[in-house]
Amino acid sequence: MNELAVRKESLNLLWLQSGGCGGCTLSLLNADCRNLFDTLKAIGINLLWHPSLSEQSANEAREIFEACASGATRLDILCLEGAVLKGPNGSGGFHRMTHGESMMNLVERLAKVAGHTVAVGSCAAFGGITAGGGNHTEACGLQYEDDTQGGLLGEDYRAQAGLPVVNIAGCPTHPNWVIETLSALASGDMRDKDLDVFHRPRLYADHLVHHGCTRNEYYEFKASALKPSDLGCLMEHMGCKGTQVHADCNIRLWNGEGSCTRGGYACIACTEPGFEEPGHAFGITPKIAGIPIGLPTDMPKAWFVALASLSKSATPKRVKENAVSDHQVITPATKRLRPK
Amino acid sequence: MSRRIIGPFNRVEGDLEVTLEIESGRVRAAYVNSPMYRGFEQILAGKHPLDALVYVPRICGICSVAQSAAAAQALAQSMGIQAPQNGILAANLTLAAENLADHLSHFYLFFMPDFAREGYRGRAWFADAESRFKSVSGSATADVLPVRAKFMNTMGYLAGRWPHTLALQPGGSSRPLEEAERLRLKILLAEFRTFLERTLFGDRLESVAALHSEAALFAWMESRSLGADFPRFLSIARDLEMHTMGRATDRFMSFGAYSDGEQHVFKSGVWQDGQLQVLDTNAIREDVTSSWMAGNDALSPDEGLTVPQPDKEGAYSWCKAPRLSGQVVETGALARQMVAGHPLVRDLVARHGASVMARVVARLLEFTLVLPVMESWLRQIQPGAAFCLPATEIEDARGVGLIEAARGSLGHWLDVRNGKIHNYQIIAPTTWNFSPRDAAGEPGALEQALVGLVAQEGSDAAPLAVQHVVRSFDPCMVCTVH
Repeated sequence: MNELAVRKESLNLLWLQSGGCGGCTLSLLNADCRNLFDTLKAIGINLLWHPSLSEQSANEAREIFEACASGATRLDILCLEGAVLKGPNGSGGFHRMTHGESMMNLVERLAKVAGHTVAVGSCAAFGGITAGGGNHTEACGLQYEDDTQGGLLGEDYRAQAGLPVVNIAGCPTHPNWVIETLSALASGDMRDKDLDVFHRPRLYADHLVHHGCTRNEYYEFKASALKPSDLGCLMEHMGCKGTQVHADCNIRLWNGEGSCTRGGYACIACTEPGFEEPGHAFGITPKIAGIPIGLPTDMPKAWFVALASLSKSATPKRVKENAVSDHQVITPATKRLRPK
Repeated sequence: MSRRIIGPFNRVEGDLEVTLEIESGRVRAAYVNSPMYRGFEQILAGKHPLDALVYVPRICGICSVAQSAAAAQALAQSMGIQAPQNGILAANLTLAAENLADHLSHFYLFFMPDFAREGYRGRAWFADAESRFKSVSGSATADVLPVRAKFMNTMGYLAGRWPHTLALQPGGSSRPLEEAERLRLKILLAEFRTFLERTLFGDRLESVAALHSEAALFAWMESRSLGADFPRFLSIARDLEMHTMGRATDRFMSFGAYSDGEQHVFKSGVWQDGQLQVLDTNAIREDVTSSWMAGNDALSPDEGLTVPQPDKEGAYSWCKAPRLSGQVVETGALARQMVAGHPLVRDLVARHGASVMARVVARLLEFTLVLPVMESWLRQIQPGAAFCLPATEIEDARGVGLIEAARGSLGHWLDVRNGKIHNYQIIAPTTWNFSPRDAAGEPGALEQALVGLVAQEGSDAAPLAVQHVVRSFDPCMVCTVH
């Protein structure tokens, strides 16, 4: 067990933002708990500073950064939200701190001394939306650039406690992914084996967005939506990648009872590297000969094609008609006999 | 004279640095720098028009729905479609929920904690303010965070999730509501009303909405116990004379908020020289004289350009400088209510001009004006009727989306050619308020509002008055430059 894990005192957390929108922080404030700050304290996290939530501004904030960098204050967890902006021309000049240092440089200095380094959101993990288009700002993740290891800190980087950058990918992240990851770090329960191939915590990345999708009956029969607000499956025409994307969005829900597919729109793979440039319009499923090129994870193509054609021919009238309507035009039949 | 660079400002939703020139203990001039550039307008070029709905909410974590709504409106206009009644109601509900949640976050998490700073320890109200509003540990935070999270459950039903939804479409909302969901939304709004009336105002929303003058406002404050947070703020603001802090141009602009397709709940217009004028958005130009952006001419957003030029001489911000008929305007809740004509807000400004106090009062007043409208919209939703029309394919078309985010006027200008986005220009509320100097040397609204504030020389701390004025605009820095 590593040194930090056995320490009983709270872990000091410093949160910085760079090339992103701040949405992961705003999402974190949606956490379903009595009081986020009490929860952080209870799981052993001491918030040194956060750009949206702390009192200290300007020189007071800079003093905290420098105390961490010099070791005067122990930096146990460094969270970065937003991509690292390396541009223009590798200078980091697209995001400068007061008095001229680039945020890129500050993050690099702090990552050297951090016990754990956490990328909060797909921007900090892989570059994300900020790396979209021609990536004019040379945006990258802390330890990945798109799906390739490297990024700002390099493939071999390990934080002081031994883990690579923990990538809580998502655009935005679910509040509980963040809280549970911090909790596992604080208690020493997160090891290499708890991270997936893209260093995402497996506590949410071991599921597919498809798991728990309320459109499952439509999926089974390939009864597909044709326009936004239709009830049918979003995979065939509307660009949904939920059967391929790693996240538990339909198991633990968002904002009470929501998720993207429950909101009537496609899963656009926001937890995956490179989601910002899918190579096709987000809302239109790319197909070859009428068959979606993105098949469900672990499903052999021949079987998918065979089952899809069989299930389409067997679609009940109710499912077929409801799929292209914005409310149930036919409700499930009620039999006088009890379900067996 | 001394020069002081203050940054990074926090609790401003992004990155901000302010340079002050101080003389005889007062700010003589201010230079506002937005120090981060991401380049959404460059990212959007060449994309499928509907892809804008994926990218633009991600400009901003705090006003993502506002960005979606502006894009949906620009797309709808370019496609020549109008959402059905349910779609309009659902989109307005979604935007209103975000705007009120933002007002809540701003007041409790971003603005009020500054009154718990050590610099105020001598004040009679300090102990109360410290225990109530101290960042992270104050009792208000513990009250507000769960209330906000619960209120945001409205987004689960209306938008799938927040932030970054794709529910707002040019043809309406992708999220049809069933009757059971309409009822659950009604309960969530009722719970939020209870919090506002019990904890924020200590009075019925309708009673606060009816306050019509500064005198009535303070008489109301005197009649309330300080157990509620709005009276608490008023009492502090009076002691610190916040009605004298932070006046900018007193020229106010609103694009108009919450349209039903024909009329706005809060109308559009420009208030200047003591009267309301029609807003001509064709008179908007973006000046880049002080921006690290290529180009010389102030361009209309119809033809706008976004090409970074990091080594540009004389520039000091990534933010462009939007001007209306060549003039600096202020936007935000205060501007919106000045244009809409709320008598309390008009009275405050008539007496003292724009101020920290007027901005905060206008923002909180919106809870009392908007929540009842949301309740009414929800009653009008008809489960079973259409929520969304299909989008139409466009080859060559233009569209403009003009809406009001929590913090002011947000515009999207879309130009589609050959079925792809040719140009996409965005002017966000804080782009107006925190703009740098223009070709005529005219400072932006915040730059003007900071002049004259008390600031000690020889310290690199951020003066408290400066912090209040900066945050009174409810800045959103990630939107500012995008």
